[in-house]
Amino acid sequence: MNGSKRDLAIRVEDIAKVYRLGVKDEMHDTFGKTVMSFLRKPLKNLKKYKSLYQFDDIDMDSSGGADRDDILWALRGVSFEVRQGEVVGIIGTNGAGKSTLLKILSRITPPSRGEIMIRGRVSSLLEVGTGFHPELTGRENVYLNGTILGMRKAEIDRKFDEIVEFSGVETFLDTPVKRYSSGMRVRLAFAVAAHLEPEILIVDEVLAVGDVAFQRKCMNKMQEVGSQGRTVLFVSHSMPAITRMCERVILLDRGQVAADGEPHQVVSEYIRGSRESAAEKRWEDLSAAPGGKVVRLRALRLKTEDQRTTDAFDIRRPIGVEIEIEVLEDGHVILPTFSVWNSEGINVCVAVDVDPAWRKRARPPGRYVCTGWIPGNFLAEGAFTLNTTLWLQEPVRNQEYHVTDVLAFHVIDSLEGDSARGDYVGDLPGVTRPLLKWETVYYEEGREVSRIGRAAI
Amino acid sequence: MNAGKEQVSIIRPPRGWELINLRELLEYRDLFYFLVWKDIKAMYAQTILGFGWAILQPLIQILIFTIIFGKVAKIPTDGIPYFLFATVAIIPWTYMSTSMSLSGLSLITGQNMLGKVYFPRLIYPVTPVLTKLVDFGISLLIIVAVMVYYQVAPTMQLLYLPLFILMMMCVPMMAGLWLSSLSIRFRDVRFAMQFVIRMLMYSAPIVYTASSIPETYRFFYSLNPIVGVIEGFRASLLGLPMPWEYIVPGLVVCIIGMVGGALYFKRMERVIVDVI
Repeated sequence: MNGSKRDLAIRVEDIAKVYRLGVKDEMHDTFGKTVMSFLRKPLKNLKKYKSLYQFDDIDMDSSGGADRDDILWALRGVSFEVRQGEVVGIIGTNGAGKSTLLKILSRITPPSRGEIMIRGRVSSLLEVGTGFHPELTGRENVYLNGTILGMRKAEIDRKFDEIVEFSGVETFLDTPVKRYSSGMRVRLAFAVAAHLEPEILIVDEVLAVGDVAFQRKCMNKMQEVGSQGRTVLFVSHSMPAITRMCERVILLDRGQVAADGEPHQVVSEYIRGSRESAAEKRWEDLSAAPGGKVVRLRALRLKTEDQRTTDAFDIRRPIGVEIEIEVLEDGHVILPTFSVWNSEGINVCVAVDVDPAWRKRARPPGRYVCTGWIPGNFLAEGAFTLNTTLWLQEPVRNQEYHVTDVLAFHVIDSLEGDSARGDYVGDLPGVTRPLLKWETVYYEEGREVSRIGRAAI
Repeated sequence: MNAGKEQVSIIRPPRGWELINLRELLEYRDLFYFLVWKDIKAMYAQTILGFGWAILQPLIQILIFTIIFGKVAKIPTDGIPYFLFATVAIIPWTYMSTSMSLSGLSLITGQNMLGKVYFPRLIYPVTPVLTKLVDFGISLLIIVAVMVYYQVAPTMQLLYLPLFILMMMCVPMMAGLWLSSLSIRFRDVRFAMQFVIRMLMYSAPIVYTASSIPETYRFFYSLNPIVGVIEGFRASLLGLPMPWEYIVPGLVVCIIGMVGGALYFKRMERVIVDVI
């Protein structure tokens, strides 16, 4: 499996891509200067637009070197290999170079340096529905879009029925696409793309479209493509999708490969890397900490049952959210609260400290460590962020201190069979994933035979 | 589009001058077919007359020219009725001017697609040249009708017509290659296009005869390939002696210009997406 050069589908060697940033126009403070610059402008524009694509003055071989402010290195010195049949995820923050890499791989733009070897036909879905024409009917657009994506007419003829069935727009096949709903358009477009059957498929965020049912259909299709021994490169911001679909993940950071390996590890590294230590946040200087003259936030921490600080949690185990506060003034009722947000920006839940010991009771000055436990088998798998609010119940007017996006963590659903997914290995949507109590009553010819209940939560 | 399973392709930074990869273009012939067909269908979608416009547009222009240049200005046409004289010139000119401007702007109109999917960039400027051929084919009916009306019998000269149709396609192709690659950097092309086309029209013997150009300037005049196309169309349709002295220089310019344009286009092709 490893090493052998014959198995390579893609070999990327030291790829770099530079862009020249637009040069800022100067401002003039007198009318005379403005007129003069206006007259001189054509000549200056000529030089400017010429320089946009000439990089003779840049030392291409330095993989870093002196940074110049008019040059953007979208990629610098990226190398990796992909074997045939591998499903590889590519993640990174915006501007990390993901899209540029995909554009180079799909030949939309050439690299400035380096070399790429590709074995087999490549199809890229950088955006579904490219080249759809509103005046043409669905049928005509299938052919047009298919040929744009690199299919031959004969190939489309052969797969036409399959494409139409997958899209589910049979009845509107001879209606101009301009009368389609946007959902129908996307479904038809993805259906065409999904039937390309290339040896290498490059996908960029297409799953952000369509309704949930269709998204699942797309995921299954991609998994099917992967399982047929074809190579898939998949760029997404959806960490659950990445960890579930890919057997390997490459993390790009400012144009360079920051990590390359096992999905959960790389995804955790990404979540950690993009926020400074996502599992813990301390405010050393109390006077600069969030809060006011009554109370200040000292620290936030995520921990497991055995008091280990971490940002990766097993879906079956509880997650401890520790809020450390310093009360500075006596006589106030203070409620620490936190809210959990998933990667789609949905507020999964809000938790208010209901510890009976301090309910409706003013807290004397001092340090308090309040821990709220999110139970195991509650959150779905995926990436989450945590916001905290300190809430002061005042007789006249309540006060609130917010801290947002400081902590982030990752819930991992293993496939051991004792979580809520049971023995199902595919994609499970949903904001929460509780382990329910299930009961079955079995009747044989109308007679109750047995009553089997599974262990409750 | 690499058909074979074991096809290995290498992507590396482009250097120097490259030639056009005709084999790759040929592999995309189905795409050509659908793009041409899309343009035709989209052009006449939701119109009452549909293809009727392919006849009506040049016809109106012929009528206007006949009235202004033939009846009012009374431009001499070596004894040919002005309506007939103008018809055989305006039909190929309409084709050349419309496909030239569409081809020249093809990269700007297609910039949405340029950044999202790869197919040979050359397809962008070539498609309008093929698309407009359909309109041209339909408008040939006008020529037939006018020739029947004036009872002009076709002669052996008509056998030359395919050559001039080919040359007529080369003119917008050449212009399209140069203009579209220039338009990547300089959007000025979009504004300049209008009056360049108008100037080109008066630079060719469309509303006047080539023989009205003084002998001394004839060679320079005939370097313009449009002159050769128009003169060639007139001679082969109306059975006049073939004016090779107008045709050959333009043909040479046309071939040189097309090869040069293709080379320049290939050179600009690599920066299209980054600059447009």
